[in-house]
Amino acid sequence: MRAGLTVLATGPLALVQDRGRPGLGGTGVGCSGAADRRSHDLANRLVANDPGAASIEVTLGGLQVRAEVDLTVAVTGAPAPADVAGTPVGHAAVLRLRAGQVLTLGWAPSGLRSYLAVRGGIDVAPVLGSRATDVLSGLGPPPLAVGTVLPVGPAPHGAPVVDQAPVAVPAAGPLVVRARRGPRADWVRDDLFARPWTISSRSDRIGARLDGAPLHPVEGRGELPSEGLVRGAVQVPPSGEPVLFLADHPVTGGYPVVAVVLDADVDLAAQARPGQQIRFQEARP
Amino acid sequence: MPEARVLPCGDTSLLLEVVDLDAVLAVAAAVEEVRAELALLDVVPGARTVLVTVEPGRALGPLGQRLQDLARTAPDAAAARHGDETRIEVVYDGPDLDEVAALTGLSRQQVVRAHTGTPWRIGFGGFAPGFVYLVDGDPRLAVPRRTESRTSVPAGSVGLAGAFSGIYPRASPGGWQLLGRTGAPLFDLDRDPPALLRTGGWVRFVAVLS
Repeated sequence: MRAGLTVLATGPLALVQDRGRPGLGGTGVGCSGAADRRSHDLANRLVANDPGAASIEVTLGGLQVRAEVDLTVAVTGAPAPADVAGTPVGHAAVLRLRAGQVLTLGWAPSGLRSYLAVRGGIDVAPVLGSRATDVLSGLGPPPLAVGTVLPVGPAPHGAPVVDQAPVAVPAAGPLVVRARRGPRADWVRDDLFARPWTISSRSDRIGARLDGAPLHPVEGRGELPSEGLVRGAVQVPPSGEPVLFLADHPVTGGYPVVAVVLDADVDLAAQARPGQQIRFQEARP
Repeated sequence: MPEARVLPCGDTSLLLEVVDLDAVLAVAAAVEEVRAELALLDVVPGARTVLVTVEPGRALGPLGQRLQDLARTAPDAAAARHGDETRIEVVYDGPDLDEVAALTGLSRQQVVRAHTGTPWRIGFGGFAPGFVYLVDGDPRLAVPRRTESRTSVPAGSVGLAGAFSGIYPRASPGGWQLLGRTGAPLFDLDRDPPALLRTGGWVRFVAVLS
């Protein structure tokens, strides 16, 4: 356990995340973990971390941290402009921070969530085998605050093999995600796939709420008995405006799930920001 | 002999739908038995369904077939009526006792006697870590949820909603009719497993004065 980073500014929300707590749904504990797993994994790979290492998930940017020891870090996901001690640095690149240097993330021009991985991983105490903060259940470390000191684990054996990863950053324009018809597709009269939706400002890690022409329930179905939910499920509550569930979704729910986004595309959806348009494209098994 | 219908649920999950909660408990127990063998990531029972999740890239067709066969041969849940029984001590001074009495036509005392008179079966979880929907209690206690949700229900509150009873593991908003409170630690991170009440077991409520 060594002091690694001191938080000087958090932006709107900064959380410790890893790959979550899979397999505990039966006891009411959701998986949680990084909302955009692909970007989180990439950040870990850049600094040669173990895949289970924890990173910092930064919503919209605005994070500022001071290195307390020499560190190797990488920022992926939403391309928040980054600088080290005032000098601009690359996105999805291996960065060296000397003890005392400050890394600052500006506001991301596209995408919603950036991931800051530190070689050695953020080493806060795990809860049920994970360091992820689950905003729904309250499990895991509290959100980062100014003055939070984050320990960093021992450096892994492997060394970074590339300086930079040539990855596409999240798109700013209309987004298309592939989805399959869900278990209760026949509970609504209208077609989720046939109309565009807009990501609502009421979205969070639990789910992206979608604004648009409401979907009407098929009459006379009554109430759906509660059933298990998955990451990527598109649920239609009584308002008719769908919710696309993300990392911290409830374990069970009582409204019909009319579509489920393909696992790979949930990461794209997790980068959609309020006001961005999203369409669902039907993927057949 | 539960018959399960396989419903689509994306590219990494299947939803097995069965006729009732008895069948859910039977199928969930059978699926848990093969969880490691079939490399299942998660198994989540619901009121009429069992959700099964696997790693991306798995072929779901054969898995669905296998789970259906498993369901068909699952021993009846009624045979599993010997699950662990957990005693939960309750102080019956809840704010909705009079309301529940009025809705059921029972006296306050009869409501308490009905709630403690028969064991409740643990159905399925959700809502919060450690929360379970309790079923198969006294049918006279079926009451609608409150018309207005409370903004905060204290941890340990014991309530009724529909045919269910349940205990709030932590303070949260909620619309259940509250009968009383318990100090039972429903979810304790320092305990293995952390959840006190688990699918397939039973709960016996016991009235205490404080």
